[in-house]
Parts: sequence; C-alpha cells; structure tokens
Amino acid sequence: MNDSTAQAPAWPAEIHKVLRATDVKQVCYVPDGGHKHLINLCHDDPDLAVMPLTTEEEGIGVLTGAWLGGQRGVLLMQCSGAGNCVNQFGLLRICNLPFVTLVTMRGEWGEANPWQVPMGQNTEPVLELCGFTCHRVEKPEDVAPTVEASIDFAYLASTPVAVILGQRLNGAKKFHN
Amino acid sequence: MAKQGSNRLNRREVVRTLLADRGDTCVVGGLGGPSLDLNAVAFHDLNFTMRGAMGAASMIALGLAVAQPSRPVWAVTGDGEMLMCLGGLATIGARQPENLKIVVLDNEHYEETGSQRSHTALGVDLAATALACGFRWSATVDSDSDLERVHKDLKEKPGPALVVVKISQEKLPPAKQSRNPQHVKNQFRKALLGEDFPGP
Repeated sequence: MNDSTAQAPAWPAEIHKVLRATDVKQVCYVPDGGHKHLINLCHDDPDLAVMPLTTEEEGIGVLTGAWLGGQRGVLLMQCSGAGNCVNQFGLLRICNLPFVTLVTMRGEWGEANPWQVPMGQNTEPVLELCGFTCHRVEKPEDVAPTVEASIDFAYLASTPVAVILGQRLNGAKKFHN
Repeated sequence: MAKQGSNRLNRREVVRTLLADRGDTCVVGGLGGPSLDLNAVAFHDLNFTMRGAMGAASMIALGLAVAQPSRPVWAVTGDGEMLMCLGGLATIGARQPENLKIVVLDNEHYEETGSQRSHTALGVDLAATALACGFRWSATVDSDSDLERVHKDLKEKPGPALVVVKISQEKLPPAKQSRNPQHVKNQFRKALLGEDFPGP
C-alpha cells in the first residue's frame, strides 16, 4: 500500500463524500501518510475550508470556533496527535461541544518503528478518558458508514467522537533502510 | 515601536476603549484576566469567554472567522495565553482570514500564578512574530495616542492582524462568580445564529 505504484484505496474518497453529505465545512489536519489521499481530496474541494495546523491541539479550538459560528468540521490526525490534545479536550467537555476526529493508527498491526508504539497503545484509552466515544474500523467497507454515524452522533448528541482507522486499513509502513 | 518594559496602560480602560463601538464584532476571550476584563467592562452576548483551555483563544477565533467571513472576529487574550499558541500564529498566517484580529493584553507577567515574568519580558516580540508568520499587519502600543490610532486601524484595516497592548501590572479584583461555560456558549450561538441555533 505504501508502494508508489499502488492504487489509492477507495475509502478516502468515500470519507470525502460523507463529509460533503453531512455538511462538514472545515477540515483541519496535521498530515499523516494514512490521510494522504483524503487530505488531497479535501484540498481539491473548493467548498471546504482546509487548514493545516502546526499541532493537533489547535484543531480543538478551530472546530470549537467553527461550531460557535454555525459550521461543522473534522480534525484529521495520526494517533500520536491525540496525546498532544489532552488539556484542550477539556474545552469540549466543559462546554459540552460536538467534535469529530478521524485518527489513523500507528504502533499496532505490523509496525516497524518502535517509537510509534507507546502512543499507539495509549490512543484509545486516552481519548476515552477525555470523554470520547471511539469507533474503531478495520475493514474498508466499514469506513464510510462509521464516519457518517460518528458525525451524526457528535453533532446530534453534542459529544466528542473519534473514528479510529486501524493500521491494518493502510497496511504497515515499510521502511527501506 | 513600543519597547519591552513600557507597560503603563490600564487593562480595563484598554478593553473598554477598543470595544466601545464594537458593532457586531464577535469576541473570544482568553483564559483568566482578559475574560474577566471583558465581562467587567465590555459584557456582550457575542463574547465567548473562558477561564481555561490556555492557548485556544486565537484558534477559536480562527474557526469562527472562517465560519463567519463577513463578521469581524477578535481574540482578546493575554501574553501567556498567546505564547502557548505561537504555532497558531503560523496557522492563521497560512489561512489569511481578513476578518480576524488578535489583541494581546501584555503585562509581561503570569499575573494569576504569582507574577512570574513571561517571555515578553525576556525579549520575545509577539508583534514581530505575527508579521513573520504572514499577518498583514501588527502593532505594539503603550500610550493613549497609539491606542486611538490602533483602535481605528482595528476597525478599518483588513487582517489578519495582531495588536500588543503594553498594560500595567495590577491585581484584578476577584471574579464574583464563574460564568457557566454552557450558558456562555448557548448565549453566544443564539446571539450570532438566532433562535434556531441555540444548540444542544
């Protein structure tokens, strides 16, 4: 999957369609290889405000502001970013805000880089401690319905939701030393 | 250019002056002093004030400015809160929201935690940082005449802009009570979006 000749999987384009269908207007992200195709699709869509961040915690504020201003948004990040956000997650809880993040996993299925393992192992427990409902996805066909249900859940029930995109979806990153 | 250590303006007078004719400006208040100042002398339903989430004020203002491009959106925050979001200045610079302005009430100290000196007392120039991050303009002011000039600029010149106001160091009277964050949120949404958007 990380081979440059490999075809893009279908699920990133399906997520993009779901974002459009659920009226998401702001997409912020710290890049991750697992989100590469989706980030490109979002940048190519003139109806989305797409904002690269310097650190994931900025996204908590941006999407709070988006919601205060009447717009929906999502934060795209790698699982290591969840650790960068912890104090700012308190904002979501104290104000009872809707929030959606799509988290690509590292440090699990076939991981070759030991530095990814600690945060990978702690991502879901940390998010749950911070009040998130986590919906984990391992199969490509489950991605779009899970993202759609998570956006509905977050914005209708006013609660933070994380879609955990398992490393198996993207395949383990190959290192050529 | 105002210099480090030139702190003499009164924070509440500054907030009162800059927001006296705010019109439909949305204001995000950074934690601590600036939010108390806003509640004390510039209370408005279009204020979203905080007593936590340090580093979030400018980013909330960014998301709001993107969602409401025809509205002026300000963040009013302190030097410590702004320093916790220096990367956010780069994020704003990359986006270039014309309706976004940041006012930093800079007393060069972390007043609430025992008056420790902040980085702005130790050579860090927030206005220059904003310019280096691509802000359209910035200013540092330490006198009433400068404040009047910048007040006009904040209303008339497109952003993104950052204004540092060198305020004097003073103890704030304690807040009588903490405003309920969910009430603040709902009040803000209702004032901005109307009855159909009080939100859950």
